[in-house]
Amino acid sequence: MAFGYDAARPVLNEVSLSIPRGSVVGIMGQSGCGKTTLLRIIMGALLPSAGSAHVLGRPTLGLGRDELYAMRRKMGMLFQFGALFTDMTVYQNVAFPLREHTSLPTDLIHDLVMLKLHAVGLRGASRLLPAALSGGMARRVALARSIALDPQLILYDEPFTGLDPISFGVIVRLIRELNDSLGATSIIVTHDVQEALGVVDYVYFMAAGRVIARGTPDEIRASDEPFVNQFVNGRRDGPVPFHYPAPGYDADLELAAG
Amino acid sequence: MRLDDLSARTAKLRARFEHLGSTVTSQIWRLGFASRFLLYMMLHSGTAFRRFRLTIAQVYFAGVLSLIIILVSGLFVGMVLALQGYDTLQRYGSSEALGVLVALSLVRELGPVVAGLLFASRAGSAITAEIGLMKATEQLSAMEMMAVDPIARVVAPRFWGGVISMPLLAALFSAMGIFGGYLVGVQLIGVDAGAFWSQMQAAVDWNKDILNGVIKSVVFGAAVSWIAVFEGYDAPPTAEGVSRATTRTVVTSSLAILALDFILTALMFTGGN
Repeated sequence: MAFGYDAARPVLNEVSLSIPRGSVVGIMGQSGCGKTTLLRIIMGALLPSAGSAHVLGRPTLGLGRDELYAMRRKMGMLFQFGALFTDMTVYQNVAFPLREHTSLPTDLIHDLVMLKLHAVGLRGASRLLPAALSGGMARRVALARSIALDPQLILYDEPFTGLDPISFGVIVRLIRELNDSLGATSIIVTHDVQEALGVVDYVYFMAAGRVIARGTPDEIRASDEPFVNQFVNGRRDGPVPFHYPAPGYDADLELAAG
Repeated sequence: MRLDDLSARTAKLRARFEHLGSTVTSQIWRLGFASRFLLYMMLHSGTAFRRFRLTIAQVYFAGVLSLIIILVSGLFVGMVLALQGYDTLQRYGSSEALGVLVALSLVRELGPVVAGLLFASRAGSAITAEIGLMKATEQLSAMEMMAVDPIARVVAPRFWGGVISMPLLAALFSAMGIFGGYLVGVQLIGVDAGAFWSQMQAAVDWNKDILNGVIKSVVFGAAVSWIAVFEGYDAPPTAEGVSRATTRTVVTSSLAILALDFILTALMFTGGN
């Protein structure tokens, strides 16, 4: 599969990956390597320019608006900063997909919302507005919202960014627990490698629009691919240079002339 | 040397023309995009009417919350009209016609136009900023990922809320203005109250004046709401992008109101009378 916003600069080249049902899969790589684009292709928001993307067993190509929406109803997505509706309370946020897509009676919706909020430990915060939540709490509410319709596939876009260690641990555990209890499949797009390696079953490593390494977390840790090695261990210099391409240092300091 | 100069000048000129051309085509492209956006919104307005509470909430935000500025402005505009109108009318000995002057000015022109301008800066800018920020904080994407169409759920109710609010606000503006005119004309200056009201009643025509004023305010409401929701939806998802879009909403809708007012007035009040 390949994709480019314009023909001259492809963002993804010959990316091929399959994600088995029931697993938690990590897609890792540097910022700007095409991870989010890949996620948007899985969401059906973008279509591959070559090859095909099959989601929940169906190709995304050729889906009409209604079919696409029907597919998304079986998917949940956690956005980087939660993307909670700021004009609604926590309760209303979690109830939103239920109210939009089901005609369940109010008290049943209430029970379902409380169930989901209880799963992320925020039943007590149901009346708060998103502005009153910490970053980690907002992320958990968003998680409760994205699993409101019991999705088969949950997508996480950088779920760990900007979290304190406690919230971090909570989110990591929730991802695993929810995946297993819902019998869902999860895809985590992240650059927090060390932490994510602890939760995923399988990892795809991407760089410059290609998959450069794949394997179980242990295989990735042991990988001798120089880029993976630099990334996993957070080394400053390596295949990804510390310096942005620049003319000679001497020339910039005008030393050569003197 | 001179040949070089000439070619440099041609290149400069060419660059200028190219810039002009690209600006024009991109503006036309944007207008086309806005029209397609409007069409799509019309086709997906079902939710806004089926679940009318969504639209009512927007009538509250766009309409009810604009009441104070509309009512106070209407009062002052009416009072000023009475002062200025009386000054002119009494030179010709027809100060009893003050009621007619105030009412016709308000109902035909100032009501829809000034209320429209105030509506654009009070409610239009708020709509743009809200939709733009919802986009910037990925709330619209989140909605789309939950298989909820943000145009049907967020944009259309705001558009229709604006379209419904605007004629009501214009009517209240005119009513307040006439009251202000009465306060200054009758209570302060001492024009005969009977003449003030009866001449007004006799001269203001339902179809020609009131209905045309209502049509104007509906058109202005639709134009401002369309511009506001489109600018918000089209805003680059950054702080700067949203602030620019908000400014553009106020500027574009104000110009649109004035231009549309000229066209509508030309159609309504020329020929045949």
